[in-house]
Amino acid sequence: MLRNHFAAAWVIMRRDFSAVIFSKTFIFFLIGPLFPVFIGAMAAAVGSQVSRDIDNPVIGIAMPAHQGDAMVAARGSLAPKMSGFVPEYTVLARLEPGEAFDARTVLASKGVKGAPQLAAVVTGTLDKPVLTGSSERVDQWRGQIALIAAEAGAPGPRTFPEVKEDKIATTAAKQHVDLAVTAQAGQVLLFLLTMLLAGMVLSNLVEEKANKIIEVLAASIPMDALFLGKLFAMLAVSLVGIAVWGSVYGMLMLAGMKSIPLLATPAVGWPLFCVLGFLYFAMAYLLLGSLFLSIGGMATTVREVQTLSMPVTMMQLMVFFFASYALARPGTWIEVASLVFPVSSPFAMLAQAAQSPVLWPHVIALVWQAVWVGVIIRVGAQLFRRTVMKSGPARGRKSRVGGWLRRSTKAA
Amino acid sequence: MKIEPFASFTGTPVLDNAPSADLAIEARGLVKRFDGFTAVDGVDISVPRGAIYGILGPNGAGKTTTLRMLLGIIDPDSGYRRVLGHERPTEVARRIGYLPEERGLYPAMKAVEAIAFLAALRGVPLKEGRRRGQELLEQHGLGYAADRQIRQLSKGMAQQVQLLGTLVHNPDLVVFDEPFSGLDALNQGKLERMIRSLAERGTTVIFSTHVIAHAERLCDQIAIIAGGKVPFAGPVDAARDRLRPQVRLETRAQDGPWRAAIPADARHEGRFWFFTLPESGVEPLLRALIEGDAGILSLSIERPGLHDAFVSIAGEAAARALEESAQEEAEKANQKKGRR
Repeated sequence: MLRNHFAAAWVIMRRDFSAVIFSKTFIFFLIGPLFPVFIGAMAAAVGSQVSRDIDNPVIGIAMPAHQGDAMVAARGSLAPKMSGFVPEYTVLARLEPGEAFDARTVLASKGVKGAPQLAAVVTGTLDKPVLTGSSERVDQWRGQIALIAAEAGAPGPRTFPEVKEDKIATTAAKQHVDLAVTAQAGQVLLFLLTMLLAGMVLSNLVEEKANKIIEVLAASIPMDALFLGKLFAMLAVSLVGIAVWGSVYGMLMLAGMKSIPLLATPAVGWPLFCVLGFLYFAMAYLLLGSLFLSIGGMATTVREVQTLSMPVTMMQLMVFFFASYALARPGTWIEVASLVFPVSSPFAMLAQAAQSPVLWPHVIALVWQAVWVGVIIRVGAQLFRRTVMKSGPARGRKSRVGGWLRRSTKAA
Repeated sequence: MKIEPFASFTGTPVLDNAPSADLAIEARGLVKRFDGFTAVDGVDISVPRGAIYGILGPNGAGKTTTLRMLLGIIDPDSGYRRVLGHERPTEVARRIGYLPEERGLYPAMKAVEAIAFLAALRGVPLKEGRRRGQELLEQHGLGYAADRQIRQLSKGMAQQVQLLGTLVHNPDLVVFDEPFSGLDALNQGKLERMIRSLAERGTTVIFSTHVIAHAERLCDQIAIIAGGKVPFAGPVDAARDRLRPQVRLETRAQDGPWRAAIPADARHEGRFWFFTLPESGVEPLLRALIEGDAGILSLSIERPGLHDAFVSIAGEAAARALEESAQEEAEKANQKKGRR
């Protein structure tokens, strides 16, 4: 009997998979997510150029005789030793004793085309420098100017002691933070993929209902086999998509000779983390997908599916936020709840894989999630039979709930 | 205890502990309500193996709902069904072929793939399904359309493809819901021949229709459904026997003592008398006519057709259902008044 169930699910999966893969629109599905990547890369390139052009501040120096040059020299020797951004210095004027310089007028003028735009001007003397600029710039550079002026005014060249380096790989605190970052990155990727792909399942039964083939399917195979087949077909389609996108990303990285953003090695190691990531993606997809398939099954038209897609996206966001929130609260009941609650469990468990090397909880979690996939499919299929195919007792709480769901989507 | 296969179907069901192996379908007291409306109200059906069985009824009588319950697409609210010896029809789905009233295939599928898909749903391997599909299409003169998408076929051709898909797995039981609707006269004839050949091979065929002529030509047994109930189930002849034969008499004399032998409700049109054959039979009538010197010019006694039987049985049932529902309404109204 079970063998027949799986055989029927396989028939549906094979039909749906090939119908999607060999459709002309599948190419748009594949290239769709690459558009934002290309657009993002282009926007970043243009943005960084604009940023370089705009945000390259220069401080003008107008000090008596050699003091301006001394400031530029001191900046040159200290900048490599200072962390943070140190703007370029340029000597605007070497003032004669008693000569005045109007820094405000210089900053207010548009300057000469091609010459650097001044962000601030230092006047006065090395003992008493005056920094003129916008409030933010003055607050930002006051300390730097004082340090560089002191260095410029110091007698003779100063030698700095050589610091002997004793580097350690990490500290406990840093490791904790790094692993949390890896965990969060895993969760974000998992969320993006499920959000991008699981929503497709929502409209999956509309085709069968529109074609009237649902009657033949319902008479030929168990409804849960139909649900299972559809779900796995869309999972397979998603995996094809991920394989293509991953390959394109990899090729782009190779072409640009760039490595993936550096993340701390997860507690279970990268290979196992990737395997668990794959398994948890499959589980997250199947859990959310089975839920969406059940909800979408109640819809009779594409319009109803469109109406449902927004609340469904919100639901996914809530699951993700819950799992992310729990990540920052290890050892609390919130974390336990996120691990146990079926739809957030894959996200929370992937974070666990990043942070803890213990493997047995993953076995239990995967079984737990698989059981829930089965339960949701079963309930969804029964609900579908009762409300859409109009089966089962006409009375009863469940049918009333299904009816309400259908009526409310119709009203929407 | 043995099941009474074609007895009266309005009483308490008579069931056997071990159901007859001769029945492909047996159903007792099937009830289905939708949102308070009783679509099927205690339907009993027994379909012998290898028979061609018709379910007749006016539109909205409950034919499709009954078939859907028999196929396990929907479950009855109450009642009992056994299909090919199984209480859960889905357990024997691979031995059943079903052509629903609202035909439907995936429009992007090629004709041969559609048949192979329908075969795969019933457990036939895809490769074998393709082979059988190609063979069936060629047998029925559609070989040239095997690689055409369903959306490229005419409605009639798509319907034929679905019909072949219904039979591709050589089912033991075939259920057709309004199979003749949408077919031209030639294809209707073709389908009738196909149904007969299925029965000759031992396949049980059950179909619903509201066109009585098809049932009269094809069926061994019928069930008439009206208002969700089955007022008649049994052989076609038994349905026709429900009505008395009709007499058409032409006499030379217009009046005489022989007139006493003519029933009071007889219709007189021109030289002809039309009336239902009296219970006493044709002999006393003939004797009275001869002795009374009526001068018989012509006399014909016609057995009523299934159409007349159907109109009579379904009409009575519909009238009863109307009466019952009016009574129910009145009772409900009284109860409401009482509560106030």
